[in-house]
Amino acid sequence: MFLINCPFCGEREQSEFKAGGEAHIVRPKQPTELSDDQWAEYLFMRKNIKGIQFERWNHIHGCRKWFNMVRDTSNDEIKAVYKMGEKPPVK
Amino acid sequence: MTKNLRVKSSKLVDETYRISFKFNGTTYYGFKGDTLASALLANNIHLVGRSFKYHRPRGIMTAGSEEPNAIVQLHNGTSRTEPNVRATEIEIYEGLVASSQNCWPSVKFDIGGINNFLSPLLPAGFYYKTFMWPASFWEKYEYFIRKSAGLGKSPDVPDPDIYEHKYIHCDVLVIGAGISGIIAAKTAAKNGFKTLLVEEKSYLGGSTIYQDSEFFKINNQNSASWLEKEINEIKKIENLEIKTRTSVAAFHGYNFLLARENLTDHLPLEQRENKTRQRLLKIRAKKVITATGSIERPLIFDNNDRPGILLSSAIKKYADLFGVACGEKNILFTNNDSAYETAISLIQKGIKVQAIIDNREEIDSKLIKETEKNNIKIYKGYTIVDTFGYKRINSVSIMKLSKDGQKVIGSKENISCDSLGISGGWTPAVHLFTQSGGKLKFRDDDQVFIPNTYPSNQISIGSCNGDFTLDEILINAPKLLKEFLNIKKTEYENIEIYSAFNKSKRNIWLLPSYKIVGKTKSFVDFQNDATAKDIKLALREGFRSIEHVKRYTTTGMGTDQGKLGNMHALGIISETASSKMGELGTTTFRPPYTPLTFGAIVGRNVGKYFDITRKTPIHEWHVENKAEFENVGQWKRAWYYPQNGENMHEAVQRESKAARDSAGILDASTLGKIDIQGTDASEFLNRVYTNAWSKLEIGKCRYGLMLNEDGMVYDDGVTTRLDENHYIMTTTTGGAATVLGKLEDYLQTEWPELDVYLTSVTDHYATISVCGPNSKKIIQKVIPEIDLSDKDFPHMSFKNSKIGKIKCRVMRISFTGEQSYEINIQANYAKSVWENCMEAGKEFNITPYGTETMHLLRAEKGFIIAGQDTDATMTPIDLQMDWIVSKKKFDFIGKRSLYRSDTIREDRKQLVGLITDNPEEILEEGAQIVADMNKTPIEMLGHVTSSYFSPNLKKSIALGVVKGGKNMMGQKLIIPMEKKQINVTVTDPVFLDKENKRLNA
Ligand SMILES: [Zn+2]
Repeated sequence: MFLINCPFCGEREQSEFKAGGEAHIVRPKQPTELSDDQWAEYLFMRKNIKGIQFERWNHIHGCRKWFNMVRDTSNDEIKAVYKMGEKPPVK
Repeated sequence: MTKNLRVKSSKLVDETYRISFKFNGTTYYGFKGDTLASALLANNIHLVGRSFKYHRPRGIMTAGSEEPNAIVQLHNGTSRTEPNVRATEIEIYEGLVASSQNCWPSVKFDIGGINNFLSPLLPAGFYYKTFMWPASFWEKYEYFIRKSAGLGKSPDVPDPDIYEHKYIHCDVLVIGAGISGIIAAKTAAKNGFKTLLVEEKSYLGGSTIYQDSEFFKINNQNSASWLEKEINEIKKIENLEIKTRTSVAAFHGYNFLLARENLTDHLPLEQRENKTRQRLLKIRAKKVITATGSIERPLIFDNNDRPGILLSSAIKKYADLFGVACGEKNILFTNNDSAYETAISLIQKGIKVQAIIDNREEIDSKLIKETEKNNIKIYKGYTIVDTFGYKRINSVSIMKLSKDGQKVIGSKENISCDSLGISGGWTPAVHLFTQSGGKLKFRDDDQVFIPNTYPSNQISIGSCNGDFTLDEILINAPKLLKEFLNIKKTEYENIEIYSAFNKSKRNIWLLPSYKIVGKTKSFVDFQNDATAKDIKLALREGFRSIEHVKRYTTTGMGTDQGKLGNMHALGIISETASSKMGELGTTTFRPPYTPLTFGAIVGRNVGKYFDITRKTPIHEWHVENKAEFENVGQWKRAWYYPQNGENMHEAVQRESKAARDSAGILDASTLGKIDIQGTDASEFLNRVYTNAWSKLEIGKCRYGLMLNEDGMVYDDGVTTRLDENHYIMTTTTGGAATVLGKLEDYLQTEWPELDVYLTSVTDHYATISVCGPNSKKIIQKVIPEIDLSDKDFPHMSFKNSKIGKIKCRVMRISFTGEQSYEINIQANYAKSVWENCMEAGKEFNITPYGTETMHLLRAEKGFIIAGQDTDATMTPIDLQMDWIVSKKKFDFIGKRSLYRSDTIREDRKQLVGLITDNPEEILEEGAQIVADMNKTPIEMLGHVTSSYFSPNLKKSIALGVVKGGKNMMGQKLIIPMEKKQINVTVTDPVFLDKENKRLNA
């Protein structure tokens, strides 16, 4: 079970958090101008990487804040956590 | 026949403290400190069970948690009964009652034993092959399999014991208190680390604590005496906590571990009352040192499973630690020096060793010389080819091994015995290490898997790291500890070690026989009765992956997870398939390492604490007025209020009629309530609801529908504009938490520029809904100061008001289609306001109604319930709610998805009303809807989502979703039921008062 360093609260048990899927997918500003395929790309398509993955997490049973995490899915090592809107500190 | 096989001077048992216990109905005696296994062996009892498939007699084989055979049921027929307990682990106490598990009718005469003679018919995969076809026979087979399998009986009354959970945070966790663990714990604690040492047994020191001979010395003392002093020292260290009888069950990522601490299992039953039985420790350690030791390997030869055959190290342990001889004529069979340690212990205690059979041809060590000095015959380069004796071994056949070890040569020789100790070398106990995600490497020299890469801040030391001998441990462990703990030196730098152990070993995974493999029963997995022959058969049938062979032969799938035989299975596969050991990998060891009780897993979360129960502030009133309740999520909601022995149907008919004829009252406090404030609150609502919100006046309410980004209806509710920048949103009861979560998600991640704040106020306000033609008069009596005239307070509007001094919010909104008012008031005043309403409504026959009537009333009006009439595949268009989707708004969540090629299909399932031809016939919710019964396969058009008998319309009504239903008005459809077909007509979903006259009546 992960020990997650919430950017607002510090280290907490994984059970306080909720995973929220892939990070850095921006909601299109003008959805009406997109074709079905373009909209489907935003709506449905997600990466499922073995290795370094960028994810959204929510400290749901804590400060309720969303933040981002860089995690190596092959060994569950958390490389970094950072606030929404910030650039990932690692590649 | 009962004999006393107790010998003098044991380390652990207290011979002045006699304990009586029962095994299979007979009373025996043992001493305090005995395990059930050691006490049985002292009474010369080896036969304790039957094997799983062939029901062969089986005896105690080990002295630890790896035991495959001696599995017993404790206190059968009582509330404290427990199956699958290993006799080698349970400590005896006065009054212990144990019985053999896998036998019927008794361990000595077992009907399943006939399987042994049928064994040519029971090869690997037998169950798969035989019982798979025809599938309909499975139920019959299963009955017999379950009856003869004997996996123990679960208790059929509640567990009387108390369990608890405890969180522990430490700097260093040391698992295992053998010599390596003791050294590690002492070093860590003395260097300032807050340390926890856990040990599954009741005593500290592992096998070194009884390694009491001149052949193993540390600083010129016998290793046992040296270690005893170390133990006495660590007990005094302040920042070191020691927990015995504590077994680590799981090692998860990030050094999170679960351990079970046994607190009362060794006490007589009457001393357990009101004590915590087991504690589940949830340990988060900065560093973990695994010192779990190693498990002796058996040897694989024909009939290697008879009662009286034990691991050689177990024979030594029973003699040294418990003062018990496993037999009076012992033979030891080995491929390494360990058996000689056993021999010397037995000699010291005056227990007879008949002979030692050693696979190795050329051997030389001080241990062997000492053994020979005692005139014990050693057969060098020999192997056992067969054993005899049905319920107890009585002799063995041996033959000479060829130079390459592939076959036997010469003639057979028989030696009699009553006990056989076997040693195939040692396997590091890497189970916990691999659970944590650690990767192993194979060491060719002595054919063992050892830790290679660590996924977290941890190390393995001692024999679980492949350091088996005293000198290896004492040289390597301190080195590893220094680096791991980042310290300059340890106390163990200049230590003097003497070990007479020679490390040579002759590893033969499957020992040869004069018979062909197909004619032998060489057991690899003793608990699941998997033999070398089965593994070879699996390979012949094309299985290659170790995981497949495991499942096909069931090797390693017992409660012991193959702790003894997995390595041999791998070895036999690699030899047969000519693949390299280490390239095959190993099977996955999954938690728990040893079985956990359900009690320990749930802890205190039992009975009413199993799950959270949420009650409204008016709950007590509902209880006093005999409401039946239904669970809605965690909420208890009043379902209906039966009077004078009414059933649910009768109560609901009465309640619904009263609500439309005069007045009804509903506790709607469970609805989710979200307080929304901020200068962008209107814009925010515009984006999350399908309809437009910017023009909603202060003091007005509006119904809203919320979609997922995929266009599917997600939740609904009424939101009220309280002020310029202040709204109160209601959600469905079940959707409250997820709606708040979703809104927060969009606010924080997509639209952080919006000035909006969300607060859940579900528990802060109670909601009392009064509806019906007389509702206005009742509210007026309860709140005299409020102007309720239709002109001043029309439908879908809101007013702040007061009841006495207490502020409240009154909304005129309706989920029933009747004129209806909702009073929202601070939760702790709610019950008295409810009672006010009841009092005021008395003259109007005000009738409390529950969720069932609420559902009926809204169904008459065709109002949906999100989650009942919708699932995650219904758009607002599918619901015929086009009117609520704004065409003008530039964007809202889910808008773009409403005209994807899939969502604009005409033949999607759409919400319609269904009227049965027979007005008395009530449809079943969930029933299928079809058009043509003659077409095959019959096309399923949809299903019924809501169905009631309407007392106001005096007929059955239903809602359902039907493919292309929107264009099927007036069409006849069929609901096929098990014994009949029900004919229905498709209608508009609004059954009552389409013109909404009643809202202002
Ligand atoms: Zn937080």
